[in-house]
Amino acid sequence: LIRRARLYKTEAIVLRQRKLGEADRIVSLYTPNYGKLDAKAKGVRKTISRMAGHLQPLTRCAVQLAQGRSMEIVAGCQTIEAFPALRQDLERLSCALYAAELVDRMLPERVEALATYQLLLDTLHRLEAGIDMELALRYFEIQLLGQAGFRPELEQCPACGSALLGGPHRFSVTAGGVLCRSCADGDVEARPLSIDALKALRLLQRASWPEIARVLPAMSREIESHLRSYIVYVLEREVNALAFIERLRREGKGLPVEV
Amino acid sequence: VARLIEEFHKLPGIGPKSAQRLAYHLLRMPAAQARTLAEAIVDVKERIVLCSACQNVTEIQPCRICTDPGRERSLICVVEEPLDILALERTGTYRGLYHVLHGVISPMDGIGPEELKVQELLQRLRSDEVREIILATNPNIEGDATAMYLGRLLRPLGPRVTRLARGLPVGGDVEYADDITLSRALEGRQEVQG
Repeated sequence: LIRRARLYKTEAIVLRQRKLGEADRIVSLYTPNYGKLDAKAKGVRKTISRMAGHLQPLTRCAVQLAQGRSMEIVAGCQTIEAFPALRQDLERLSCALYAAELVDRMLPERVEALATYQLLLDTLHRLEAGIDMELALRYFEIQLLGQAGFRPELEQCPACGSALLGGPHRFSVTAGGVLCRSCADGDVEARPLSIDALKALRLLQRASWPEIARVLPAMSREIESHLRSYIVYVLEREVNALAFIERLRREGKGLPVEV
Repeated sequence: VARLIEEFHKLPGIGPKSAQRLAYHLLRMPAAQARTLAEAIVDVKERIVLCSACQNVTEIQPCRICTDPGRERSLICVVEEPLDILALERTGTYRGLYHVLHGVISPMDGIGPEELKVQELLQRLRSDEVREIILATNPNIEGDATAMYLGRLLRPLGPRVTRLARGLPVGGDVEYADDITLSRALEGRQEVQG
């Protein structure tokens, strides 16, 4: 736990909000130095609140926090970046909410998180720009898993430690990586992973974003589905925002709208 | 008495102390008055239903607004909750009909359109002549998502789809306005009157 002054300033990305009492909200803030923390924002549900607009989810802001008894209290707040394009496009918005939900669920509270903060911020910039969104999300997912301590093992078999030689390969969520041939035979849950998908996953895990954006591996549904099942396994629960992303995708393809 | 205190405590905004105070106040209350209160509570649960057209809470079916001959029937204002109708009615400037969604799309909480009264709204569009739909969802992430989703769904069906304007609140302060509100306020600026 990091010691904080009674009143301190930090930069933060607002992950989510929930209502509290009559006019207050609890905001989940993600900060570079103090990690994820909840803070009480008083009176922000009144129309004339000075802070409400600055504390909307997916806003990057400079906040002033006062230490409370059980929870910090937001003493002041000023927007640094509001990501307006995210808010005006349903696809970008749902992807960004998905990213925020993952950070909210996967990372512990109050642990310094410079790298993850930067990752989330970079991802929001990429989604705001609206290009290569699928690629940006896959990169975010695999990097976040790594930073949260769930790095998928893609080089050697996580069960026996031997190097991964020729395929066919199988990805096991329980083992947390790609199994070698002999271990895969004993794991009935492990799902087949094509060599192209394995190569793309390795690149996503090792390379930097500029490199990846240059090489641009095609983000197949296969890669997406493997990462998803691993994330669900790690979190031990579904990611809510995914259902909405899936719905938009179905409806975008002109499939019948069932509400 | 303990049971009564516990029941009060479940209500929103009522802490343990308030619950105790209310319970002891009831104890001292005349029997007739207590009965009236109890009946009012039972009535609310038994007589109040959702209007078959606009989904607002009502005692008569369809509700008073939907049956009012003085209201413009080709105009539907979509709101999140019944309380939003009360606020809009207080202004006295809106003369169309309403539609209550009973919630808002919230991807992070797993609340999708299927949990809202969206199907009922589509049904109304099929049967009635609707010229314009005004989306009056709250100006926050969930309200934005809901408005964008509904816009996408409704536009192909014909009516004009609009959303309430955003800008500076009365009694507010330009200095403290957030970036998005301020840029919307600039976009929506109007000629000075008077």
